[in-house]
Amino acid sequence: MGTKTWLFIGLCLLFSSVQAQGLLDELESTAPKEKEYAFATFKAPRIIQGHSIETPGKGELMFIIQHRFGRINTGFYELFGWDQASIRIGLEYTLPFSERFNVGFGRSSYGKTWDFFLKTKLLRQAKGGSPLSISWLSTMAINGLDWANPNQQNYFTSRMAYSHQLLLARKFNSWFSFQLSPTLVHKNLVPLSQDQNSFFALGMGGRVKVSNRVSINAEYTWLLPGQHIPNINGLEPQNAISLGVDIETGGHVFQLHITNTQAMFDVGSIAETTGRPELGDIHVGFNITRTFSFKRR
Amino acid sequence: MKNLIAALLTLTIVSTGMAQKFTTKTGHVSFFSDAALEDISAVNKQALSAVDVSKGEVAFVVQIRGFEFEKALMQEHFNENYMHSDKFPRATFNGSIQKAAPLTWPGSHQIELLGKLEIHGVSKEIRVPATLAVKGEEAQLNLKFSIKLADFGIKNDKVKNISETIEITVKTSMKKA
Repeated sequence: MGTKTWLFIGLCLLFSSVQAQGLLDELESTAPKEKEYAFATFKAPRIIQGHSIETPGKGELMFIIQHRFGRINTGFYELFGWDQASIRIGLEYTLPFSERFNVGFGRSSYGKTWDFFLKTKLLRQAKGGSPLSISWLSTMAINGLDWANPNQQNYFTSRMAYSHQLLLARKFNSWFSFQLSPTLVHKNLVPLSQDQNSFFALGMGGRVKVSNRVSINAEYTWLLPGQHIPNINGLEPQNAISLGVDIETGGHVFQLHITNTQAMFDVGSIAETTGRPELGDIHVGFNITRTFSFKRR
Repeated sequence: MKNLIAALLTLTIVSTGMAQKFTTKTGHVSFFSDAALEDISAVNKQALSAVDVSKGEVAFVVQIRGFEFEKALMQEHFNENYMHSDKFPRATFNGSIQKAAPLTWPGSHQIELLGKLEIHGVSKEIRVPATLAVKGEEAQLNLKFSIKLADFGIKNDKVKNISETIEITVKTSMKKA
């Protein structure tokens, strides 16, 4: 037989062997290439004090209880802060038609404050896509205390303060995530003429996952220097620093922490932290979240 | 010589042309865990499946991330803590139809599938009963079986939030390729 014939037979065999490669490989080659978004960058919608990029799932309602005891340096008389607890109870809801929009509100005993927020996912980290997840957070806080000076003309808008944050987060690997949060705070009313109404801060937060259900979190809010940030009861605002642990069970996330701030809404924890941790102004606290699902299947 | 060439040619053509292959990209794969704390179920409606009736081959490819749960948190746990879907994004099955007598089409038959099931990066030979029906341009392949978590290196919690045995149901309706 000639060379051509052998070549032909060879080709036939090759062809049939390619065919015998199998149905599974064939099927895998037709698999659509879907974007693999990073998930569970953080365990909860709060890193500790500040918002993380996480939100409840689409159409889910989350109930959040936040609690900060008083300062541990208040001694035995106050049972190391037990008697001066501060609380915030809130609800947050992710719209059923888009997981990008999350709204929430809460009421804090600190300053009898009502707070409202909108968190929007702008970009999500993905394999072969964006290296970062980016969300936008705007919050409003309405102070509910009686007017300090009821005899003067007081305006409702004077009770309001706002924060706007860009949340830039990256899940580096399955155990380490980090978030940077450039922040603008605006207070409608400030006590002194040299005080700035608007000022800037930079939030930083990270988590290290130590097991399937436990992670260790840390957070720091840096008030940019050279600004006249309004004093709180005559005390200069401090950078908030917090250290905590997240413990997750089926439907709950428990976050236990120590921190030098007692307010649990953004304007408060960013701009009204007066505790100086080096002097023992440390609060023990916890957040508990519970998710309710109304999704129809 | 010419006969040989003709024979080979026919063989090649026959082996391609005769293939009775059916596929879909929207197969349903669901599972159910009946545990003390809460029942957990999930469904994936984008399973790839193919059956080659003439060769008796069957294959499935299922994206782990494609399983939808009642609660987002469950889905997160499933991907992050149990299935490690960033490392093992797919589950696959590659097997053959075991038959006692030749199957006739159109028709519906109780068959057995023998093949390799790969979940969580661990591959295991399984033999499961199934129903295969072919009618004209359509084929339906349904199966239900149970697997043990331990067989696939999936670790349960200490508190046993999920059962040790998971029931898997596969329902596919495929079109002729």
